Amino acid sequence: MHEVGIASSILECVEAETRKRPEARFAAVGVRIGELSNVDKDALTFAFEALTRNTRLADLKLEVEWCPRRQKCLACGEAYEVRDLDLRCPACGENKSTCIGGTELDIAYLELEEPCVKS
Amino acid sequence: MREVVEKKVLSENDRVAGELRQRYRDENILCVNVISSPGSGKTALLEKTLASFPQGTPVAVLTGDLQTDNDARRLARYGFPVRQIVTGGTCHLNARMVERHLDEMGFKGPGLLLVENVGNLVCPSSYDLGEAAKIVLLSVTEGEDKPLKYPGIFHRSSLMLLTKTDLLPHVDFDPQLAHENARKIHPEIDFIALSSRTGEGFPEWLAWLKALQEKVLQTSAATIS
Repeated sequence: MHEVGIASSILECVEAETRKRPEARFAAVGVRIGELSNVDKDALTFAFEALTRNTRLADLKLEVEWCPRRQKCLACGEAYEVRDLDLRCPACGENKSTCIGGTELDIAYLELEEPCVKS
Repeated sequence: MREVVEKKVLSENDRVAGELRQRYRDENILCVNVISSPGSGKTALLEKTLASFPQGTPVAVLTGDLQTDNDARRLARYGFPVRQIVTGGTCHLNARMVERHLDEMGFKGPGLLLVENVGNLVCPSSYDLGEAAKIVLLSVTEGEDKPLKYPGIFHRSSLMLLTKTDLLPHVDFDPQLAHENARKIHPEIDFIALSSRTGEGFPEWLAWLKALQEKVLQTSAATIS
């Protein structure tokens, strides 16, 4: 629902990098989106494409890494992915854990275009 | 060539929210962010809450909507400072909006700041407003499975308020099941069932607020009674 706002925040970050280094050409921006972030991957990609169309960032690709919810068991220390909303630790069965993944909404990297080799 | 960035997408909002959090700490303000679907009873909850405070209690309200100042007018009847944030289409409040309206309202701590977010269970969960707690409302005319459908907000909320309990005799709603579903997403979430019409559950809700205030504002005496 607010993917346009998220996409424009991502682009602001790219623009800031572009201003810092006007000579750099970016091919892609990589983001991490968590299951609990309330951001839909397809809607984000759609918004990103709509916002970059006919701009100088038109060729910029959005690369999304989807991050499932992960918990760490407070009893045995096991780190595990949550499946079917079952928060119990698969190793020891305890139901006391802390969330260690799934809330990501991060810009992870920028992919720089290889400089053209003049022949 | 790949270059590591490692930055939050909403880092600018987070930065402003961090400033607000510091300001709340410095001024001894307890800020809570009230979130729900449209029509779950956020405004009714705040009306009843304000009505329970003696005049002169240091309380202020910021209320967000896409359009109209209807909610601010409803809430202003109780004699406390209230300000409407009209987002003009934006589906959530962000930290910058809160900062601007707080400045314009001139509310100074110590005290309680109630922020009523735009009616929406999705987007408000992504935007930190510097609050001490998010509070999510679910009314008994909705489905018990809402926590499972909208896990993000139930995961981030400290308290779930089940509202409109006066309607329970008329609807097929299982409060126990709704609570269990919320606990599947967030085992530590607090739970209070209440009715803003009858006042059922209000003593528990006000006690919860007071306990949070005492926990957050360790340096000053509690400002709400």
